[in-house]
Amino acid sequence: MKKEDIPQDNSALNNFSKEVVYAVDKDGKYTTDLSTGWEVKTTALDVAWNDIEQRIATAKQKVLNKEASPLLFFMEYRLMDLAIVSAYSGFWKWTIKQHLKPAIFEKLSDKKITALRRNI
Amino acid sequence: MTTDFKHLQAAHCENGVTVNLLKSIGVNKITEPLAFGIGSGLFYIYIPLLKINNGPAIAFRTQPGLIFKRTCKALGIPVVRKKFSSKPEAEKFLQSCLDAGQPVGCQVGVYYLSYFPKEYRFHFNAHNLIVYGNEGDNYLISDPVMENTTTLTRYELERVRFAKGALAPRGQIYFPTEQKIITDNVMRKAIKSGIKRNADDMLNIPMFFIGVKGIRYTAKKIKSWRDKLGPKDAGLYLAQLVRMQEEIGTGGGGFRYIYGAFLQEAYAYLPNDTLLESSKLITQAGDLWRSAAVQAAGIYKGRIGSQADFDVMGDYLLEIAEIEKKAFESLSKIKWQ
Repeated sequence: MKKEDIPQDNSALNNFSKEVVYAVDKDGKYTTDLSTGWEVKTTALDVAWNDIEQRIATAKQKVLNKEASPLLFFMEYRLMDLAIVSAYSGFWKWTIKQHLKPAIFEKLSDKKITALRRNI
Repeated sequence: MTTDFKHLQAAHCENGVTVNLLKSIGVNKITEPLAFGIGSGLFYIYIPLLKINNGPAIAFRTQPGLIFKRTCKALGIPVVRKKFSSKPEAEKFLQSCLDAGQPVGCQVGVYYLSYFPKEYRFHFNAHNLIVYGNEGDNYLISDPVMENTTTLTRYELERVRFAKGALAPRGQIYFPTEQKIITDNVMRKAIKSGIKRNADDMLNIPMFFIGVKGIRYTAKKIKSWRDKLGPKDAGLYLAQLVRMQEEIGTGGGGFRYIYGAFLQEAYAYLPNDTLLESSKLITQAGDLWRSAAVQAAGIYKGRIGSQADFDVMGDYLLEIAEIEKKAFESLSKIKWQ
């Protein structure tokens, strides 16, 4: 990439920081410059967040329909998967899968609910 | 309490931490590209079957921690690296380093990193920053990817140091301990071995999803994504590939440009024309990675999306694989004087 081609597009980094990008000058020598962002990757990040929002909305609907416990909603809201919930809460993945079922979740002790709430 | 420390921004966090910590002990010869190259930072891996954030697990750089470790080792500088199971112990050790005037590198998770914009906060645990002092209840933080220094409260720092999940940092702290005089001879040796190991990593690891073979494998995969995943998930997968390749920390073009800069800086120590020719090839590869990203963006924005468009995307990667193969083959064949 040539230095003058370093994109200066809008991104989530605006008002936060600029990033260092490497490029070559007109003699072909490497140099660095700051960039505000590149539209191509801003959109990539948007795609990821749109998907997350959809997952949260789907989880919410499932909880309202009693197809899943509220844990599913918070899991998606915190961008967690089973492995991450397990690492933070100390519960086995298998146990968390059980906790995702509304009937089982409702019967959980306060102690377990607190453990989940603190860590998610 | 603050240590004698100067913040310098870098493209990539681990390079930046390495450069800045080395400077703090008086080693000034190491620039970001040199740290990246000596640490054999360039890589490619697409781990089959594993999913990260519901997308493909792809990396354009070597395993976290290796750049610092290898660079210090090549320079003959001893390092301290410690992990902790207890949070108070981790904090006590950090404080004792700061009291001794020693800035330290910390591995942290990004999800709870309060000063990052929300959009960037995923469960990613291989970020690196430097703690260089405290001010009241706050720690002074130098995050190399940021223009300016910042602060974290005790609680915030503890939280990111003990983030959980894949690559959990477990309070990991590291720093170089002893100033050594780095001669040009040591530099030359370090550069040669960094290049050799990087060429080996890209060409000779006998697994189909690593290095140049990994890029070809990804090309094949991409061509199948449209049928296998459907247009929406295929778009998500491509967006994830682009983020791994271009997001903050890469310097652009999946770290290829930083490596191109390294080969030019290496030439100043070892004037061999192959270094400059390979730098050009790696730059060309970086440019193609970016063209591929533009093609991918066309797909995930929904502007294009036929099988032919996925094929074009895959073909970019095949072309890249050939160029990187050529570059690293000539690098591995250099007969050093």
